[in-house]
Amino acid sequence: MNVTEIEEIIARHQEVDGRVSGILGDIQKKYRYLPEEALRLVSKKLGIPLTQLYGVATFYAAFSLSPKGEHLISVCHGTACHIRGAVQLSEILEKKLQIKEGETTKDGKFTLEAVRCLGCCSLAPVISIDGKTFGRLKPEDIPGVIAGWKERDNCDA
Amino acid sequence: MMPDLSSLCRKGLEALYPDKVKITVGRATCGRASGAEEVYQALLAEVKERGLDCTVATTGCLGFCQEEPLVCVQFPGKPRYVYSRVRPELVKEIIVGVINQNMPRKRLLGKVFEDEVLITGEKVKMDDRSGDRSLAENPFYLPQVKVATRNCGYIDPGSIAEYVARGGYLALQKALAQTPEEIIQEVLESGLRGRGGGGFPTGKKWDFARKSPGGVKYVICNADEGDPGAYMDRSILEGDPHTVLEGMTIGGYAIGAHTGIIYCRAEYPLAVATLREAIKQAEENGFLGDDIFGSGFSFRIEIVEGRGAFVCGEETALIASIEGKMGEPSPRPPFPAERGLWGKPTNINNVETWANIPPIIMKGGKWFAGMGTENSKGTKVFALVGDIKNNGLVEVPMGTTLRQIIYDIGGGTGVFDFKAVQTGGPSGGCIPASLIDLPVDYEELTKAGAIMGSGGMVVMNEHACMVDVARFFITFTQDESCGKCLPCREGTRQMLELLNKICAGKAEMPDLELLENLALAIKDAALCGLGQTAPSPVLSTLKYFREEYEAHIREKFCPSGVCRELFELTIAEEACRGCGRCAEVCPQQAITGQRKQPYRLDQDRCIRCRACLNTCRHKAIKVVPPRR
Ligand SMILES: Cc1cc2nc3c(=O)[nH]c(=O)nc-3n(C[C@H](O)[C@H](O)[C@H](O)COP(=O)(O)O)c2cc1C
Repeated sequence: MNVTEIEEIIARHQEVDGRVSGILGDIQKKYRYLPEEALRLVSKKLGIPLTQLYGVATFYAAFSLSPKGEHLISVCHGTACHIRGAVQLSEILEKKLQIKEGETTKDGKFTLEAVRCLGCCSLAPVISIDGKTFGRLKPEDIPGVIAGWKERDNCDA
Repeated sequence: MMPDLSSLCRKGLEALYPDKVKITVGRATCGRASGAEEVYQALLAEVKERGLDCTVATTGCLGFCQEEPLVCVQFPGKPRYVYSRVRPELVKEIIVGVINQNMPRKRLLGKVFEDEVLITGEKVKMDDRSGDRSLAENPFYLPQVKVATRNCGYIDPGSIAEYVARGGYLALQKALAQTPEEIIQEVLESGLRGRGGGGFPTGKKWDFARKSPGGVKYVICNADEGDPGAYMDRSILEGDPHTVLEGMTIGGYAIGAHTGIIYCRAEYPLAVATLREAIKQAEENGFLGDDIFGSGFSFRIEIVEGRGAFVCGEETALIASIEGKMGEPSPRPPFPAERGLWGKPTNINNVETWANIPPIIMKGGKWFAGMGTENSKGTKVFALVGDIKNNGLVEVPMGTTLRQIIYDIGGGTGVFDFKAVQTGGPSGGCIPASLIDLPVDYEELTKAGAIMGSGGMVVMNEHACMVDVARFFITFTQDESCGKCLPCREGTRQMLELLNKICAGKAEMPDLELLENLALAIKDAALCGLGQTAPSPVLSTLKYFREEYEAHIREKFCPSGVCRELFELTIAEEACRGCGRCAEVCPQQAITGQRKQPYRLDQDRCIRCRACLNTCRHKAIKVVPPRR
């Protein structure tokens, strides 16, 4: 963590409404978690008790206190996805990545999480990887989707 | 600056109806997930490579999500062709069709012969019809009446000019020339009720907020859309963001607020980006800012992003969240209209509620009240999803029956029998097939033990287990319970344990009574709407599907074949046609046989993943009680 970076993020959010959420959101985006020192700094700068920030950091699903993986795989568990086989998708993803939902792979590449509803119910069941949505999935499609994403990663690197 | 409606309108019309070929791609989230981006890129590349003089543009979602990606092709003065399920291969054929002026018939969903601008009543004729399929007569669209979604799929959400060309911001101009009281009167007369779930009369709410003493007031747009199985708000935000901004500005003027806040959930990044751009363009053109239309009224809109907590859709929790706190609800009264954001009078409405405001102001409350039923006026947008042929967003007059929505528009449930439809999400209930002729409005749905909710309609066929559905929703509310009040925090946990027991075949009959009593107690005792309505999925399934609970308990059997420990699958020889599709999808190679002869299923290898059950068109796969 870098103090100037955090200070820059704080300076970017001058508006009153939604300031705390905006700052923590940007920190989460940058570091993929909320480092303790960052929370302490925000608390001091904004004059907000650390306990309140800790409450916020643990209340919302989008924040985490430990680092998330480089890539975020979200399995939608909305109603339509549930009845169209989301559970089966989760099972195969857990098997493939050898982690449970909510965990990160040992190499820090992938975090697997269950989400409430991605709002793509017409394409159920869906998952999203780093914000890209894949719809109408069958369990047998999963290995290809993951392999495709890994390949893309290698090209970027 | 003074907004220049007429030059924006001219610019918008030029963009909507250019004097060259225009190709548009529906690029909302659902389109993208079906491959719209690949199609869009392929179109751009083709057009460039062939040096064609035509426009490739973006729209939001036309609602027919099942058929995405949708591509429209419009020749000047000719009908618009609408293609469905377009893949990059079809792009080539479309481009060749454009060059030869002979469009392919493949995947042609229909043609549009006329555009109607709801706000002004103007019609744009494109050509006489030439015996071709009209999109408007497609059974999916025929019964629909688009008010809140009038521009979705028609305009580029990134172009304020196109919004203005469809009558946008005329309502704001008209409203600012009236008194706030006149506006509130119009909204009262319309009979519009909140589309976020509660169904409270919008005009009344505005009146309270207007009459609340205080110099600083706020209006908020609730775009948290946490209800799983619903995405009407996302589609409006991504397809027609200005209608929400215009509605909020009118609302702000009516109640005396100068700041509007849109609280948008973080799972909707495209909606947030679309809104940011729309706000920027509205400011640049003088629709937001100081002294709007020379009226002396100033208004600004900010966006606050949610961070993934369902309870933040509840208005008092939402306010706490904007203030940078944990999103815990607080008891009402005081209502937000008296003491809301930062302790000031605040008026909160849902996205779809706001989207209805401009047409109501322009066409009058009476016009709006002319649609719908006695106590539920206007139209409602539903997300029609689940086990249904035509998935999509549909907007119909209140009072339309479930049969019309599920069968006429939705095309039914295919070979599998329709079992139930879930409305209202975690606060709602399951309506059984026997009530298929129920007219859909606030009162009728509540009477049936469900609720209107925000508009999610999840259709389920015979393979959905109602106990599992109840468990799904209780898992949801248990997880999303903020923990502040005991009935919700502990009560949902106990309900979940009982449901888990039932689904695992470990429950006894007294557990059922306990579940029911607990549900009734939580309903009465919880602090906020989340807890008070959390038992609804349990109570409604107990009401209509009690025998299914009893089968789980008495026979240790899940008749729908969902609860893993409580069923087995077999192949009924007399029904099997020997097509072999079940064997192809079986991940365990548990199904074997020879074509044209009945196949067999090996119980010891079967993991009950249901792949075969959902694949067999002949319903030859049967759910039977497990051998023990
Ligand atoms: C647990 C809970 C979740 C809610 N979620 C939403 C939501 O996601 N979107 C929404 O517009 N209203 C939601 N509401 C309703 C709001 O509290 C509020 O009634 C609504 O935003 C008012 O707007 P309307 O009158 O236009 O419907 C929720 C209520 C409860 C109790």
